[in-house]
Amino acid sequence: MSDIQLVEAPPGVEGAGFFATTLDKAIGVARSNSLWPLPFATSCCGIEFMATMASTYDLARFGAERLSFSPRQADLLMVMGTIAKKMGPVLRQVYLQMAEPRWVIAVGACATSGGIFDTYSVLQGIDQVIPVDVYVPGCPPRPEAIIDGFMNIQKLVQTESLRRRSEPKYQELLASYGIQ
Amino acid sequence: MGTITNEELIKRIEGQFPGQVTVLGEPYGLLTMETTREQIIDVLSWLKNDAALQFIFLTDLTAIHYPDQEKSMAVVYHLHSLVNNVRLRLKVFLTIDDVHILTATTVWDAANWMEREAYDFFGVIFDGHPDLRRILNVDDMEAFPLRKEHPLEDPNRVDKKDYFFGR
Amino acid sequence: MKNHPVYTDNDPQNELSTLNLGPTHPATHGVFQNVLQLDGERIVSGVSTIGYIHRAFEKIAEHRPFYQITPLTDRLNYCSSPINNMGWHMTVEKLLGIKTPKRVDYLRVIIMELARISDHLICNSVLGVDTGAFTGFLYLMVYREHIYEIYEEVCGARLTTNMGRIGGFERNFNVIAFNKLRKFLKEYPVALKEFEALLTRNRIFIDRTKGVAAVTPEEALNYSWSGPLLRACGVDYDVRAMEPYSSYEDFDFEVPVGSTGDVYDRFLVRNEEMWQSLRLIEQALVKLENEPSDVFHADVPDFYLPPKEEVYNNMEALIYHFKIVMGEVPTPVSEVYHAVEGANGELGFYLVNEGGRAPYRLHFRRPSFINYAMYAPMSKGMLLSDAIINMSSLNIIAGELDA
Repeated sequence: MSDIQLVEAPPGVEGAGFFATTLDKAIGVARSNSLWPLPFATSCCGIEFMATMASTYDLARFGAERLSFSPRQADLLMVMGTIAKKMGPVLRQVYLQMAEPRWVIAVGACATSGGIFDTYSVLQGIDQVIPVDVYVPGCPPRPEAIIDGFMNIQKLVQTESLRRRSEPKYQELLASYGIQ
Repeated sequence: MGTITNEELIKRIEGQFPGQVTVLGEPYGLLTMETTREQIIDVLSWLKNDAALQFIFLTDLTAIHYPDQEKSMAVVYHLHSLVNNVRLRLKVFLTIDDVHILTATTVWDAANWMEREAYDFFGVIFDGHPDLRRILNVDDMEAFPLRKEHPLEDPNRVDKKDYFFGR
Repeated sequence: MKNHPVYTDNDPQNELSTLNLGPTHPATHGVFQNVLQLDGERIVSGVSTIGYIHRAFEKIAEHRPFYQITPLTDRLNYCSSPINNMGWHMTVEKLLGIKTPKRVDYLRVIIMELARISDHLICNSVLGVDTGAFTGFLYLMVYREHIYEIYEEVCGARLTTNMGRIGGFERNFNVIAFNKLRKFLKEYPVALKEFEALLTRNRIFIDRTKGVAAVTPEEALNYSWSGPLLRACGVDYDVRAMEPYSSYEDFDFEVPVGSTGDVYDRFLVRNEEMWQSLRLIEQALVKLENEPSDVFHADVPDFYLPPKEEVYNNMEALIYHFKIVMGEVPTPVSEVYHAVEGANGELGFYLVNEGGRAPYRLHFRRPSFINYAMYAPMSKGMLLSDAIINMSSLNIIAGELDA
């Protein structure tokens, strides 16, 4: 018997030929195990991401097999590396082009808070321009840490309510960034 | 370990440009000379084209800001002669109100981006440069960040509490 | 595009199309932008914009003591960060007049050649990916993980290594590091041969890369190219051979040189350099057997931190530690330029010192920055797919481009 682990089915009622569960649980399982990331790799953390996608630490096991470089087709924006002030508008543009539901993970110290570069030209954290869901610290974070951040995103995706994106709290968050 | 010694270099260069170049020293074996901004392009192109010296490689072009000196902006050229395996450093000092100097893009195309970087960081204006605009910083930045009076950190930050940073 | 200059005004009927090869790059090459004007598939003109990851290293360096600048140099060419670290340490040692023992030099050669292998490995396999051959990349990345394991044994970090100290290394290389190194030397040549068999005589790869972006030596020298790019054009300029540092003169290695300077030659030159690096590491391991095995740093108590046990028990060590950290040790007022052979070319450090503990001015002569300047003029008249392959073969690392 192989020891390939499949994702567990959500709690529900099972019978001969049918399985009943709530819609948001089913969609949560489906979404979280088939996230399509957009690797926004700018610097050193991008190389650690390449190592994460390679065979030793395979991120594809978690469903992130298909990297999308087009924001229109991506679910998860992985910002890896330093974002300079010159790059800020580009990042915002890419975020705006993503369709809901979208999540953002800030990988590395520079994306989280500017990192060791406390200078006039570096954006001190991408949460100055876009809302972030998960922060992964490290300089650069080990591939295990990136996978841990990805698993946290998966947990968020799995437990998210289907109506979250239309709630006023979420709309307020986006409005505070100037995003409609 | 080049085939031309520094003394011979000094002799040849001073022979070609008498009174217009001065020897500043040889720190760690690298001959450093100073010249004026009127002469610099003639010196550079003679050094590149001379059959015996052949300084055909422009290693680096940068600037240094010395606010305490009267001539506070120095433009530094590093040259390398691959055939003779010898390096040379040339400096030109400019005053801060008149930071104009002729461009070296007429001699080497590599100087194009190097001069744009020196302009971006220090504000040195290279006359005759085909496209002198900022290269690394944002296009609408007004200050020249590597001058000594410009601060390192962004002064508009609101989330940094001075108490935690020992200020 | 409001700040971009006019590219060409020879377009009265507006037939040329504009393509933004934007800062977000679908091949993890880094963040730099090229706005190209295309006539069908052919590039008519292009403008490069860089600076999307400008982190002001040179400004930061004016506020940090010498030993704190090493983590900054890591992040220049982050695919081969030990070369940057060692280059910086050698620059400071040149300034301070410190001579490192032979064993330190040989250990440095081993680490720098490993870093060179890991950089060329990524560059060549990503060139394969850009032509469509993903397998080579996947099979070769495992060896990068093995190199990371060797780095971890020496300094504790994988990618941004902050390896070494002024005067040597922070700890001696332990037995595990040497065992991993020997295992790597046995396994990697097999993988490299497989990779070469995959691509070097591959009809499709040769059609994609041969004759693309050929550069004459005069053009390359005019643009101050260095490293594998210049050597592929036919000029045998290698800083390790011309101005040997870190005892490279004791080693026997060849400098591979190409002939036409096209993308295929650059690929071959980088492959051959990997073989030469393996040769250098084997020679260094043999030479290490003749050196005393407990020496891993120069004897300079003024600049090399004493071990912590002595700091807590010994008065002299405590005073040295205090003076080094607080910067009370006077340094010469001078300027020094030191160049090492980075994976992309001549990586130079121009250090102007005024006697404090931080430099007065530190300038990095970054090969990627200088090599990339030729990209836009070079792509005039090329097909778009050839321009992509060309960019991949230039091996532009964004950290080194912008600094």
